[in-house]
Amino acid sequence: MARNKYLRIAIFTACVIAIQIITSFAGKTPYLTQLTMAGYYSLVIIGLTLLMGYTGQISLGHAGFFAIGGYLSAFLTTYNLIPYKDKLVVTWLAKTGALVMRQDLYGRDILAVQPWAACILAVLVTIAIAYVIGRPVLKLKGHYLAMATLGFGTIVYKIVLGTGLLGAADGLSDIPGFRLIPGLEVSGKAALRIQNYYIAWGLVILGVTLLTNLIHSRVGRALRSIHGAEDAANAMGVNTSQYKQNIFILSAVFAAVGGVFLTHFNGGIGPSEASIMKSVRYVAIIAIGGMANLWGALSMGTVLNFLSLRGYFGSYDDAVFGFILVVIMLLAPEGLLRTDLFRDIRKRFQHKPSQEEQSP
Amino acid sequence: MKIELIIKDSGASPEKAISFAKQLIEEDKVFAIIGPSTSGETMKIKGIAEESKMILISCAATEAIVNPVAKYVFKSPQNDSYAAIRIFEQMQTMGILKIGVLSSNTGFGKAGKEQIEKLAPQYGIQIVANEVYDKEATDLTAVVTKLKAAQVQAFINWSIEPAQAIVIKNARQIGLAVPIFQSHGFGNIQYVKAAGPAAEGVIFPAGRLLVVDTLPKDNQQKAVLVQYKKDYESRFKEDASTFGGHAYDAFMILVKAIEKAGPDKEKVRETIENMQGFIGTGGIFNFSPQDHNGLDINSFEMLTVKDGKFAVLAKQATKKKK
Amino acid sequence: MGHRTYASIPFFDGMQHIELLSQYLVAGITYGTIYAVVAIGFNIIYNATGIINFAQGEFVMLGGMTAVMLHTLLPLPLAILGAVIITMTVGALIEIVFIRWLTSPAVLRLTIITIGIAILIREIALALWGTGVKALPYFTGTAVTVISIGDVHISPQVLWVISISAVMVVILHFFFTYTLLGRQMRACASNRDAARLCGISAKNMVTLSFVLSAGIGALAGCVVSPITYVQYDSGTSLAIKGFTVAILGGLGNSMAAIAAGLILGILESFSIWVMPTAYKDVIAISILLLILFVRPSGIFGNVEASRLKEF
Repeated sequence: MARNKYLRIAIFTACVIAIQIITSFAGKTPYLTQLTMAGYYSLVIIGLTLLMGYTGQISLGHAGFFAIGGYLSAFLTTYNLIPYKDKLVVTWLAKTGALVMRQDLYGRDILAVQPWAACILAVLVTIAIAYVIGRPVLKLKGHYLAMATLGFGTIVYKIVLGTGLLGAADGLSDIPGFRLIPGLEVSGKAALRIQNYYIAWGLVILGVTLLTNLIHSRVGRALRSIHGAEDAANAMGVNTSQYKQNIFILSAVFAAVGGVFLTHFNGGIGPSEASIMKSVRYVAIIAIGGMANLWGALSMGTVLNFLSLRGYFGSYDDAVFGFILVVIMLLAPEGLLRTDLFRDIRKRFQHKPSQEEQSP
Repeated sequence: MKIELIIKDSGASPEKAISFAKQLIEEDKVFAIIGPSTSGETMKIKGIAEESKMILISCAATEAIVNPVAKYVFKSPQNDSYAAIRIFEQMQTMGILKIGVLSSNTGFGKAGKEQIEKLAPQYGIQIVANEVYDKEATDLTAVVTKLKAAQVQAFINWSIEPAQAIVIKNARQIGLAVPIFQSHGFGNIQYVKAAGPAAEGVIFPAGRLLVVDTLPKDNQQKAVLVQYKKDYESRFKEDASTFGGHAYDAFMILVKAIEKAGPDKEKVRETIENMQGFIGTGGIFNFSPQDHNGLDINSFEMLTVKDGKFAVLAKQATKKKK
Repeated sequence: MGHRTYASIPFFDGMQHIELLSQYLVAGITYGTIYAVVAIGFNIIYNATGIINFAQGEFVMLGGMTAVMLHTLLPLPLAILGAVIITMTVGALIEIVFIRWLTSPAVLRLTIITIGIAILIREIALALWGTGVKALPYFTGTAVTVISIGDVHISPQVLWVISISAVMVVILHFFFTYTLLGRQMRACASNRDAARLCGISAKNMVTLSFVLSAGIGALAGCVVSPITYVQYDSGTSLAIKGFTVAILGGLGNSMAAIAAGLILGILESFSIWVMPTAYKDVIAISILLLILFVRPSGIFGNVEASRLKEF
């Protein structure tokens, strides 16, 4: 059993490496750019699979957490603190080594927060927000839960769109690279492309491992019991609201980390990352992969995001995801990548045998 | 010369703009990039273009695109600051001192708002009401009521959405009879049609494309504009607007440079940078190493709406000689 | 045109405030009526099926756009009638193609399908009509005619919106209370199996609910288009405001939806007085979240009954 669960991860890792080698061999190294971006979006997918697939809580606003992570790190690493040099907060931050003086694209001096400090702060803020929002939201069920998450996503969108400091409609640009350890930097520079591909998918593999461990532990069993029959679980002594809350926070953190890293890779972020259409896309990907089928969601998500980012869907980008949502929810609500898919479809279209034929 | 066009629709989404820019630069290995049309996207790929030494002629208007100057990055639309200055000069001749400012929460609206706020004090004009509305707003009565309460002598609206037609309607409906100024985003006849009688008398700066029929024969831009309007309207069966003109200008500038310097990227870049007197739909371009836009305040004409059609404003502020 | 500066006359200071307040109030009632109509559309489908139809906003958009298209060929009243009929057909088609043949589906799954349908309708509208804005001509007068009471000005179109919405509500009330078909729908909504035992075709009632919702949405779209214009993406924000109002009043309760719509509209309108307009939409969403967290059954909803509802 233990060997089995890690086997899949090992195969996955092998695929990741294989894809990189193949693309380099075929001279298509630039493809890695879109694959890296798709990787960071996959982090959101992992978190959302945990939330929607295993805990059964729908979220139509997860792009909001992605945006919170991305915008916070973008803002902190680009906001010039030189005018505030003498304020107490700034000097204290400088002492902790969280600040750095650097030059921006045009050679001007900027005193801003270091990317790693910004990342930590962004994650902490996300946890705080997820905690505060999570408690009341997770008490709701069904439609009301969907509406509440939709409302949350919309508020985040309106706030980033309306706030001058966050760039309003233009978003933030000229985000510096994120040096993880000397020699490993998250940035969009062409020379670091292969490195960044592995950073992104390394994070995904880490996330998948975390998820796998979680699912096969006591926590995972508790989650499945919540998904299956929440009241029964409660009666058995499972603290359902605590579990739901923690998973909500975890999924938010996944999304936020994806946001932070993608922002450094792209060098910028705009309000479009917080839009409801983005959230709907994530849900569509989870649906097409299969609600609790992490591998399905990851593979479909990567394919779809890759194609979308390369412009294959042209101006019909949104329409494609809308179409997927409708068709999948209609015909294959358990997702596409299942072994019993064909049997299910056949059953749906089969003419049901009449009572006489069925009796022995 | 044969030019192959690769079109990518980034849908005003910065992450797509970044992804497409990288694709075009590294994989398709294009000669130059024209676009994108929003400031947010352009700012995201400005760095990428400069680093990759890729000629980028943007169709977005924000000044930050060419200020600070990046060697390979140009833009074809006029600076918003000139539009704002023309408006303020006009207000001075009309004796207007207290105004209201409305803008939409888009890149276009934000850019205009910033220029207006920055330049108003220089013309002795005080902004007594300053509101940003959502781009999808469908009724702005409450907002213009606020303007009325602030007793503005005129107001400026800066947006490219239907809101710019809605806001002037709402203003007239509640009896706010002051002069209304719009941005060059109003230069699209569908909004005039939509606003009906409310559009009468609205004043706005715009490229001369909109009033090409009334231009005097000796106007330098007339020939180019007439040809562009004819070609556009016969091909696409819709009214030509200044926004399409920006893309046209960007393209023609590139073509002219390639004709002059041959398919050598560095030489073409230098040629564009030193191009003088190029007649485009947006104005007459005079580039320089410090000016990667090339248009000055005279590229804007002050227009108004008369009997449902665009017309040059009769009593204009006297244009300052260059 | 004379715009007297009241501030210079001390006696009229208070007057000016009242007139400003009234102007905001009228604006609020205008927005509110539109939201209320969308919310009633939500409620009709919700009552019949338990689904929240995210495509409700698209019905409004379709009504407006189709009417404008038909108006180039037909006189205004016929264009509106045609648009309403066409949109009703679309509503019926949606139900038949996407919803009808599913056997006991989870309600949430259906709601997600309606999100997808809303996106598809929007993209089809984009392909058909492009990005331009369209509007029907004002029913009476023009864009600048107003009815003035003191210093408060109302466009006659606003009165059209309010009166047509009122008439729709009265007709619906009459329909549900006194006609056989209406009572059948209510029976279905309250207990599907019992209704079927009485010979009511539940499936047809569901189709009818979609047809009705589409119809009132389309009519609302037509009557409001001179004021707000329609474009291919007008439906989305309307849908969000619409179901905020529906939930505010209590899902399924159309009378409450009217009150809730007016409340939201007026709150939004007055918010502009004190807050930057950019955050106006945040008001609606904050109210939504507040209601969901504190009292999901809505202001006028029955707390006990909503807890018992199955999803």
